[in-house]
Amino acid sequence: MAGLLADKDRIFLNIYGQRDWGLEGAKARGAWNGVKDIVAQTPEWICDQIKASGLRGRGGAGFATGLKWTFMPKAESERPHYLLVNADESEPGACKDRDILRNDPHLLIEGCLIACKAMRAHTAYIYIRGEYVFERERMTAAIRQAYDAKLIGPGNVHGWDCDVRLAHGGGAYICGDETALMESFEGKKGQPRLKPPFPAGAGIYGCPTTVNNVETIAVVGTILRRGAEWFAGFGTEKSTGTKLFAGSGHLNKPCVVEDAVGISVRQLIEDHFGGVRGGWSNLKAVIPGGISVRMIPAEQCDEAIMTYEDLQARGSGLGTGTMIVFDKDADLVKAIARASYFYKHESCGQCTPCREGTGWMWRVMERMVTGEAEMSEIDLLLDVASQVEGHTICGLGDAAAWPIQGLFRHFRHEVEDRITRYRAGKPHVQGHSLQAAE
Amino acid sequence: MSVRRLALEQPASFAFKPATLKAARGWMENFPAGRQQSAVIAILWLVQKQEGWVCEPAIRAVADLLGMPVIRVLEIATFYTMFMLEPVGSVALVQVCGTTPCQTRGSEALLAVCKRKFGPSNHRSQDGKFYWQEVECMGACANAPMAAINDDYYEDLTPESFEKLLDDFAAGKKPKPGSAIGRMGSSPEGGLTTLTDAALYNGSLGKKMTIPNLPPKALKSAKAPA
Ligand SMILES: Cc1cc2nc3c(=O)[nH]c(=O)nc-3n(C[C@H](O)[C@H](O)[C@H](O)COP(=O)(O)O)c2cc1C
Ligand code: SF4
Ligand code: FES
Repeated sequence: MAGLLADKDRIFLNIYGQRDWGLEGAKARGAWNGVKDIVAQTPEWICDQIKASGLRGRGGAGFATGLKWTFMPKAESERPHYLLVNADESEPGACKDRDILRNDPHLLIEGCLIACKAMRAHTAYIYIRGEYVFERERMTAAIRQAYDAKLIGPGNVHGWDCDVRLAHGGGAYICGDETALMESFEGKKGQPRLKPPFPAGAGIYGCPTTVNNVETIAVVGTILRRGAEWFAGFGTEKSTGTKLFAGSGHLNKPCVVEDAVGISVRQLIEDHFGGVRGGWSNLKAVIPGGISVRMIPAEQCDEAIMTYEDLQARGSGLGTGTMIVFDKDADLVKAIARASYFYKHESCGQCTPCREGTGWMWRVMERMVTGEAEMSEIDLLLDVASQVEGHTICGLGDAAAWPIQGLFRHFRHEVEDRITRYRAGKPHVQGHSLQAAE
Repeated sequence: MSVRRLALEQPASFAFKPATLKAARGWMENFPAGRQQSAVIAILWLVQKQEGWVCEPAIRAVADLLGMPVIRVLEIATFYTMFMLEPVGSVALVQVCGTTPCQTRGSEALLAVCKRKFGPSNHRSQDGKFYWQEVECMGACANAPMAAINDDYYEDLTPESFEKLLDDFAAGKKPKPGSAIGRMGSSPEGGLTTLTDAALYNGSLGKKMTIPNLPPKALKSAKAPA
């Protein structure tokens, strides 16, 4: 068996689109099964079960899902409650929600219904990044099937009126941040809001709102069908369940795969991603959770496991569980410089440290790539990074700082060598030519 | 942040085609009464589908349709980089992902192909058929490197397969989207490591079942005849 998880314990059974994505196919694979009995329960029961399963948000921050749902008001008022599903997926490395949207859409729709019941909401909106045209059309078709079969909508067979609708994104990374998502949803620029007010108090249209990642919602139905203890039986106490992982970079067979949380970095790479290009000994570093977490060097990759706590203890994070792998031929400085460009490009521009800092960090990183920098600029860069980190409205500022910090924590010597080499080249050019002339 | 401005040359007018307007109204009905502004991104995208890009008269038309101040729609069109603010290629808009995961798998060579064939980025090619640009992560990293051509993703590219693809577009063909090396979605090349158990697909998972952990009272009522 490859990996830790047996096929019988997988949630996403059509993740590659190898079978029928439609309602018939999905039902034969267990989707919608037992949903009536689940939706008949109280919101408290559903939240308690999800709490007991240990499910944590799959959008990157890893907040406990059952707990988050209880933040919604306990009674409906004239302000309707909303579930807003985050399908903005634009974290470099992440490409897992896309596969749910296009290949297992009914798991997401049933999850929307159940989560809406748990939060006393009657409408779920799925905000899909604009470039996912095929995925949006697939979701539209799946939602239509669910309405036609009266699985959702007013007067549906499950006894909880619930509309599931789509919202069209504009392809901006920043709109993945939950408050920027809400602004964008309302038809504005995607600039994050200050918190408080928190979304559960005042979210879209000023109404109680919960934002959840696609994967978080799509696993809910299966968790309740199989039982909280089944899900909690995988992984560790703090990091439970199964999860979609993705691999990109210098791998022999990059792919998306579901396995148990707690699988080791090495087993994930070797069992599912076809190993590192050139073999395990050719590994240089791994960014385990999408580009916004700090990298871990090869020496640590033998022991590192894919849990929130293990990766955090290594100064990194599980993030979205989507790893980027670098082999010994990789130019890590260039890779991180490119990430810095990404943050500069995606900053929404409303906080000065982020707007100015991301551009500044990118320009310095570009000079580090060639070595055309002053040695003292390394500490200056790290100082600027730490000043951006934690001093901005949203997490993009932190996310811009972390990859740079990760690079210098483990590979500072490489940059220093580069600067030394560059400088050694310059003043000596004259010297060399003089020598040669002699 | 990227600074984006409207093109200097603008058409005199814009008119919704009936199909565009119908789809636009569909999006407006998708949101609660009085909240039609939520449809603005979707409608600008429809405009872009119709015209290939978003022109200034269209921005005014969308503002009119949604009852929004023009400046708010302008703000949206310039904030979201997926809106093209000048005419694109008559055959294709080619967007090569250049972000780190794609870069580690060779996107720079794809960018070079575009440059060689079409000239500088963010411009139309000389024959007006293509317009290319480097974009940020498209959410398909496990199939890197990739490019979005018009509305479709083309994945697992090499400079050779990419060039062939572009030539096919130029010849008026519509190449099949997806993996250039025949991968099924984001599955591992060469065969699945998971999801090979036939029992997952024999329908047994769709058979009537009992939800575990139900409270005792609910169990009784669930058993009672409906
Ligand atoms: C800059 C930025 C980008 C983000 N992008 C995404 C995203 O694309 N998808 C996502 O689900 N969460 C994203 N998040 C996290 C969301 O803010 C939010 O925590 C998440 O959607 C909550 O869902 P969960 O609890 O189910 O994980 C992003 C956060 C930040 C700060
Ligand atoms: S941190 Fe950056 S992206 Fe986030 S709100 Fe501030 S400027 Fe915008
Ligand atoms: S980095 Fe190119 S698709 Fe993600």
